[in-house]
Amino acid sequence: MNKSLYARRKLVNQIGMTLSFLAMVLGLFVLLWILLILFKNGFQALSWSLFTESTPAPGSEGGGLANAILGSLMMVGFSALISTPIGVFAGVYLAEYGDESRTAEVTRFVTDIMLSAPSIVLGLFVYAILVAQVGHFSGWAGSMALSLIAVPVVVRTTENMLRLVPGSLREAAFALGAPRWKVATYVTLQAAKAGVLTGLLLALARISGETAPLLFTALNNQFFSANMNAPLANLPVVIFQFAMSPYDNWINLAWGGALLITLTVLVLNIIARVLFREKVRA
Amino acid sequence: MLNSDTKSPVNAIECRGLNFFYGNFQGLKDVNLDIAEKKVTAFIGPSGCGKSTLLRTLNRMYSLYPGQRAEGEINFYGQNILSPKQDLNLLRAQVGMVFQKPTPFPMTIYDNIAFGIRLYENINKADLDERVEWALTKAAIWDEVKDKLGQSGLSLSGGQQQRLCIARSVAVKPKVILLDEPTSALDPISTAKVEDLISELKSDYTVAIVTHNMQQAARLSDFTAYMYLGTLVEFNQTTEIFTRPKNKETEDYITGRFG
Repeated sequence: MNKSLYARRKLVNQIGMTLSFLAMVLGLFVLLWILLILFKNGFQALSWSLFTESTPAPGSEGGGLANAILGSLMMVGFSALISTPIGVFAGVYLAEYGDESRTAEVTRFVTDIMLSAPSIVLGLFVYAILVAQVGHFSGWAGSMALSLIAVPVVVRTTENMLRLVPGSLREAAFALGAPRWKVATYVTLQAAKAGVLTGLLLALARISGETAPLLFTALNNQFFSANMNAPLANLPVVIFQFAMSPYDNWINLAWGGALLITLTVLVLNIIARVLFREKVRA
Repeated sequence: MLNSDTKSPVNAIECRGLNFFYGNFQGLKDVNLDIAEKKVTAFIGPSGCGKSTLLRTLNRMYSLYPGQRAEGEINFYGQNILSPKQDLNLLRAQVGMVFQKPTPFPMTIYDNIAFGIRLYENINKADLDERVEWALTKAAIWDEVKDKLGQSGLSLSGGQQQRLCIARSVAVKPKVILLDEPTSALDPISTAKVEDLISELKSDYTVAIVTHNMQQAARLSDFTAYMYLGTLVEFNQTTEIFTRPKNKETEDYITGRFG
């Protein structure tokens, strides 16, 4: 045995391990730092009025985020309603029907571009085709911009999850003489259910924090409103505007909103993980 | 072609000049073979010899995959199923298949059976219940699952899952049942149960079985086909193949000198 060779490899191994450990610590440290600052400032802002009062006018005291919470929930909710059927159907097409056809290849390519497209570009697109045409900002425009971000995420996860379903299960269903759409809806989609749901939740988590596309589409609304056809308040844009304002109560509300979004994303991610773990166990 | 002492059996399936291609690779070479009605026909041979490939042409399972194609004729009760006009779903409803690994659907035990029945029959609840019970009884698993029909098919043991899959195939009342190494993932006790079941099935169905286990072929089948490198080397009554093989290669394989 070559002792010096062994010693050198052992040293290289230790150096490698130390470096990756340091990288891990650095990443974790930054993450914890962000959370620490967010929790410290955010929990201070938490109060009952945060959920009952609307955003305050400049110079007035107190106020809350009720209008922004409602607006965000509505826009994310409608995006979920729009992007779930489109995304799931497209994913089923890619995995069960198209396979290697030209249409499927192109769809996959476009979806991948959409996945990495800057969200501000998608916001501008909706601004140009909807907001500029009708002449005013609206909750619908916001939902549409958010859907454009969510759809590719849902398409890709649905396709990937369906591809994890063993081919033998698909063949077994075809072997009974089942037509393709029944194989997809009753067998493969059922088998991939938990994974597809995970994808939906992750897409929701992703869009609930998006700010840029809403700046051009839903804008903001100082008042309590549930009118999707008018500018609609929402947490990300309120945070964006209030955080840079000179008023202490506004800055405070921005921290509160940031905390709410973070907690929502955290909860969605935890649910998604639990769902996915159950799928793997089954 | 067969020196059989039985009166000439009706053939469920007749293959004539069958060639099969995976892209450029030829998986089957000029196979001519008759599968007799209500008999068990076994396919044996070393891995990669084409026996599973042959089975998968009989219900055109290969058609799911672009790049795989068959040439020649496969006559199923006189009708060439390789014809482009053949409706694949209808064919597969008449030629059932059970796979190597149990493949229960992610639904209840009851629905696993009912799924196939509902595809081609408009059937009321009472008749459906009866049919599910009939199929599960036929597959010798009714007593084990009758109290948990609402549970997931995945909750059963491997051997039970395989019998559930056989029940699922039987339930749609096909003419032919193809079995692709149905016991190779099962323990000896489950294997024995499935083998008993296969012997039972041949009174009503034509059975074609691929197996790596020569004793299984000898125990179960009426006819045996020995395949090697994509060609059908020898095909005869099972007793003949196992006692007086005509071909040297067949004899070497059966006696364990090869493969």
